[in-house]
Amino acid sequence: MRNKYSIFNLLRHSVTGHSNWPEAWRSPDPRPEYDVIIVGGGGHGLASAYYLAREHSVGRIAVLEKGWIGGGNTGRNTTIVRSNYLWDEAAHLYEKSLKLWEGLSQELNYNVMFSQRGVMNLGHTLQDMRDIVRRSNANCLNGIDSEVLTPADIKQMVPLIDVSDRARYPILGASFQPRGGVARHDALAWGFARAADRHGVDIIQNCEVTGIRRKNGAVTGVETSRGFIAAPKVGVVAAGHSSVLATMAGLRMPIESHPLQALVSEPLKPVLDTVIMSNAVHGYISQSDKGELVIGAGIDAYTGYGQRGSFSIIEGNVSAIVELFPAFSRVRMLRQWGGIVDVCPDACPIISRTPVKGLYFNCGWGTGGFKATPGSGWVFAYTIARDAPHRLNAAFDLERFYSGALIDEHGAAGVAH
Amino acid sequence: MNTRRRPSGGRIDRSRPISFSFNGRRYLGYQGDTLASALVANGVRLIGRSFKYHRPRGIFGSGAEEPNALVQVGEGARTVPNLKATQVELFEGLTARTINGWPSLRLDLYGISDKLGGLLPAGFYYKTFMWPRGWWARYERHIRKAAGLGRAPIDADPDHYDKRDVHCDVMVVGAGPAGLMAALSAGRSGATVIIADEQSEFGGSLLSGTGTVSSQPMSSWLAGMVEALSAMPEVRLLSRSTVTGYYDHNFLIIDERRTDHLARPDPRVSRERLWRVRAGQVVLATGAIERGLVFADNDRPGVMLASAVRTYLNRYAALPGRHGAVLTNNDSAYEAALDMQAAGLDVTALIDIRQRPAEGLLERAREAGIPVYPGHAVCGVRSGFSGMTDVELCRLTASGDDVLAYKGSVPCQVLAMSGGWNPTVHLHCQSGAEARFDEKLGCFVPGDSVQRARSAGAAKGIFDLGGCLADGVEAGRMAASAAGIAPAATDIPFAKMQEAMSIEPCWELPDGLPEGRGGKKFVDYQNDTLASDIRLAAREGYRSIEHVKRYTALGFGTDQGKTGNINGMAILARELDQSIAATGTTTFRPNYTPVTFGALAGRGIGTEFFDPVRRTAMHTWHVENGARFEDVGQWKRPWYYPLVGEDMAGAVARECLATRKGVGVLDASTLGKIDIQGADAAEFLNRVYTNNWAKLGIGRCRYGLMLGEDGMVMDDGVTARLGEQHYLMTTTTGGAAHVLGWLERWQQTEWPDLKVYFTSVTDRWAVVSMAGPNSRRLLQTLCDDIDLSAEALPFMSCRQGTVAGIAARVFRISFSGELAFEVNVCADFGAHLWTTIMEAGREYGATPYGTEAMHVLRAEKGYIIVGQDTDGSVTPGDLGMDWIVSKDKDFIGKRSLYRPDTIRGNRKQLVGLLTDDPEVRLPEGAQLVNEASTDYPVAMVGHVTSSYQSACLGHSIALALVKGGRSRKGGEVYAQLMSGEVIRATITDPLFYDPDNALQKT
Repeated sequence: MRNKYSIFNLLRHSVTGHSNWPEAWRSPDPRPEYDVIIVGGGGHGLASAYYLAREHSVGRIAVLEKGWIGGGNTGRNTTIVRSNYLWDEAAHLYEKSLKLWEGLSQELNYNVMFSQRGVMNLGHTLQDMRDIVRRSNANCLNGIDSEVLTPADIKQMVPLIDVSDRARYPILGASFQPRGGVARHDALAWGFARAADRHGVDIIQNCEVTGIRRKNGAVTGVETSRGFIAAPKVGVVAAGHSSVLATMAGLRMPIESHPLQALVSEPLKPVLDTVIMSNAVHGYISQSDKGELVIGAGIDAYTGYGQRGSFSIIEGNVSAIVELFPAFSRVRMLRQWGGIVDVCPDACPIISRTPVKGLYFNCGWGTGGFKATPGSGWVFAYTIARDAPHRLNAAFDLERFYSGALIDEHGAAGVAH
Repeated sequence: MNTRRRPSGGRIDRSRPISFSFNGRRYLGYQGDTLASALVANGVRLIGRSFKYHRPRGIFGSGAEEPNALVQVGEGARTVPNLKATQVELFEGLTARTINGWPSLRLDLYGISDKLGGLLPAGFYYKTFMWPRGWWARYERHIRKAAGLGRAPIDADPDHYDKRDVHCDVMVVGAGPAGLMAALSAGRSGATVIIADEQSEFGGSLLSGTGTVSSQPMSSWLAGMVEALSAMPEVRLLSRSTVTGYYDHNFLIIDERRTDHLARPDPRVSRERLWRVRAGQVVLATGAIERGLVFADNDRPGVMLASAVRTYLNRYAALPGRHGAVLTNNDSAYEAALDMQAAGLDVTALIDIRQRPAEGLLERAREAGIPVYPGHAVCGVRSGFSGMTDVELCRLTASGDDVLAYKGSVPCQVLAMSGGWNPTVHLHCQSGAEARFDEKLGCFVPGDSVQRARSAGAAKGIFDLGGCLADGVEAGRMAASAAGIAPAATDIPFAKMQEAMSIEPCWELPDGLPEGRGGKKFVDYQNDTLASDIRLAAREGYRSIEHVKRYTALGFGTDQGKTGNINGMAILARELDQSIAATGTTTFRPNYTPVTFGALAGRGIGTEFFDPVRRTAMHTWHVENGARFEDVGQWKRPWYYPLVGEDMAGAVARECLATRKGVGVLDASTLGKIDIQGADAAEFLNRVYTNNWAKLGIGRCRYGLMLGEDGMVMDDGVTARLGEQHYLMTTTTGGAAHVLGWLERWQQTEWPDLKVYFTSVTDRWAVVSMAGPNSRRLLQTLCDDIDLSAEALPFMSCRQGTVAGIAARVFRISFSGELAFEVNVCADFGAHLWTTIMEAGREYGATPYGTEAMHVLRAEKGYIIVGQDTDGSVTPGDLGMDWIVSKDKDFIGKRSLYRPDTIRGNRKQLVGLLTDDPEVRLPEGAQLVNEASTDYPVAMVGHVTSSYQSACLGHSIALALVKGGRSRKGGEVYAQLMSGEVIRATITDPLFYDPDNALQKT
């Protein structure tokens, strides 16, 4: 227990200058064969491996990562966690995830800094408000915390926000989920990696999958930059490149890959206590523990695999923030970056078996996958272990694009992810 | 006064003294000073406290690289947090404060964290604060309070910002020796040139150098050079202008600061201007930044970059101490030692880590009387109350890896150190290109360019003045040539060429003590990242440089690691026993230095410019007549027109009744209008609408539904056939732009063979809708060339004629279920038409009505509003509109209407709802359940989409989407609200008024 993370062990290790902490996760060479291979060492992939090992007692599991774990969208997002989705299917999935978040630091013995400072979705038009009331009512009936706030309520909680008529689209109200919040994105990946490793999962970085080998309609393993690795089950969780991986198995995914950008300000003393999201005045913002304002907006309209976007998106995004917070005009933007998101036609994920036996895909999270990480891994592990979806992800099957049973959070919720 | 100011020299203007305050104390500086140089000249050494350990910190650098000296400048609404004192130009009355330090800078109680340092290694927070469960919020509150840097203003920014878009043949970034020559040689060729530099004056390293160029003192050569460039009409010189971002397609962003250096800026001048530059060719003459050395207690106030010491001495005539030492692993710091000695700053030791520095260098140092210690290092620092007093020397082993002997200490108030130079490759890398590690120079240099760009001078690893001048000329010549302009000859100015700079890279100096014992060795000052943190990260498995960055916060600060990153990468490489090249760098991203949000937003904020406001031609009348407005898309639409003392409900009821009983007048100008022409127009409409358009006669109108590929309702509206190949489509107000884009996309990408053309004419036409039994009589008084009778102008038809003396299109269509006419005239006459109608309508009881009454009237008829009664999950069948879906032809979305999920029986269907109590109105957005319950989750069967109190019917009405609703008519459903309230309702037909649709056809 010397290596359990705790204040006592921090004290104990400080005596030796912290030179005896073990690796958070091993860096083994790949074995020739595994029971399950997870392709993609982001949060979702690592969580999937963790729950496979912990909940389903799968023996030999490998996570193959092209670069470094947590280096894709896990390490690039704005870390908003909430579950106030409109449709039952989405609400139940994200709520499962939120419940896992609530005990995750202890579960993983790694402080993922899940900070339940509340998430506010602003309304600026009468239709926004109808949608907010509708969604909040639905959330309450689904057992998810939700409140509808007036501009005066908002002003009281967020003193610097402009709720006056000076704005182009004055704030008419908001939905508020108190249990929502933000978390430390890197810690999520590292925490899952460490916990998965403790359960025997091999995390193999710098190992790019270049092919998916199949025989008689069933998967037999993957070709990688470090040679062939056999496995009867392969779960692909490679956001940004899901369609590329699908092509390797002769599948086509209903996915477009777009750049998504985000930015941070210089660190400031605490000035914003909750997460603010606005669709009509397009942007969202929170303040990190370090003090930076963490800001994002929508995708770049074009498709591509470059992890960079257009400057005009940044300009529009910052305009929206200054429009909401006129006092932030003199704050300075430190850095911006981009990731690649997989966007489905209905803005909901695919967590599904595929026509190839033993091949599973978890993708299409669009711009909102971070919050779902634990829940996504939990249902994906179930789906792989049982070769059947859990009831929480049954609706997120590939089949829905044939049946038409789409879960359109785009059109319905009027909420940025 | 300025106790540390040299009596002469420097670029300050001693005739213009400036009074300023720092942490509440008044000081004096001179025009030309930065806040940092003025503080140095006043002997102020303690500037701030560090982020994590709250260690005392002083000025370290002299420009954009400064990690320590962050200050809050100004007060009230104009305060700016986190400025680097080295970049703040001094002006009369400037006030600045330290950003960390509680309760005060000198006595900082958080300084306890320095003592607890052993408990707080990199990433300690991942290992603790997890117990008791649920206490994270408490810990976090304190962490947040202790973290953060400066304070954001509380009030709205009183200043404004603007933007400019420019093109040029050659963009030169940086106006040091290489940049100036590049601009000159490109400019002489006749190229249009922009040269931008972040500093207040051009010159770069020349501003702080000594010596000559072309036999002139540097400053006079520089003045002549700037004059020559200024005289060229095609060369634009931008100072105080940082190129902060390099994007694809040679698109660069310049942030020009226009007023921050002025005591009393003209309020008409924008504070900052953002230049968006599309450059033909780019020359990156961004120079190089010196890096520090990593040794025990290397963060004490007084430890500075050698280049910064030179800058304070030569450019600002300010002495950072009375005596000091130099610590180096390369040749360049010898200049600093000589300059210090020349300035009267007694150099107590020149400590060269290298065992055998070049003899010529040693000679020069000895001549100046400077004691040189080759093969030595600093292994500790002694400090007093306000900074260092002595450095401790040690003799290194031959390999340099360990301490051979401790050699006592030498007095030292300022330690000028140089760990070598890093070419400023930030923009090069931002452009998408790679940086390559040069073993000989011990630094990353630009790899091949991937855009139309080239680096020049120190930015590509040329570290002597003569070489930079020559390389600048060549870069400018090549850039002009690549831009298609014949280059002109430019002489290369003469400057003493040095031998290639010799360096023995050294990434961490030994102190002979085990890890965790000696003084802290800082790699990243701003984030308090230690060399031991980097090793800890590597040991714990965080081995990618990106992991190390994230785990230790290396390079995460507002300086983005300009002085510390390379040292950190090298320490990691050594720990992992791999090359620096293999270790690599983190990603260089915009911004090079931070950019004000206001500058990024520019004018694009506020009521007028955040998003264009669209107003109809009749807007003024609405305002004058007390209308309340609703935002619909970008439009301001009259919502309702309350009379004095009337509330919204009263106004809407009155407007509805007036329309049903007499005539109501609506400004319908905002509906999208798309003019469609071409031989294949009818065929095109057939493909985008669900119904058939082949047989629509000229002068006739038809309602259409547009679906997405998924079969869900996307937009609706009436389209009229105006001529043989000429149609006018109307769309929803909010959907107009999307629909136009949709039509264009399908025509251009899928059906380019169809001859059909689309023009948005929304703004060209003003539209007045008259609805109600008196509408025909009213229109008749204003129109004598159209027969408005039911026979001549039946429902769903249109004519051209004259209304109120204006050429008009008259449509007989209705969204209220009443007899109604829509008159379209050229928007220029919209106000005239409206006032004429209101005037003439007086005797018919004409009443203006807004969108709210319009919604009530249409809901009474069960007419949907796309986006309110639909949400992207609703098919025509769900709306009971199968009658509009053709089975005989193909159209967008048709295939999806036959999928298993779209044909199943219990889809949500549009129905009407009536409450038991006619006075109770269901809230819009209420969720519907078959059985109210508090056992969550409760199964929901639908929701209320629209709900109103109908004045004409005398009871409330609602539209709702309910699972299998059409087969449940007469049945019950419950609205279970989040408040806990439950309201029972009866399911009905969604048609409450004039069920035979007789009125609109009269």
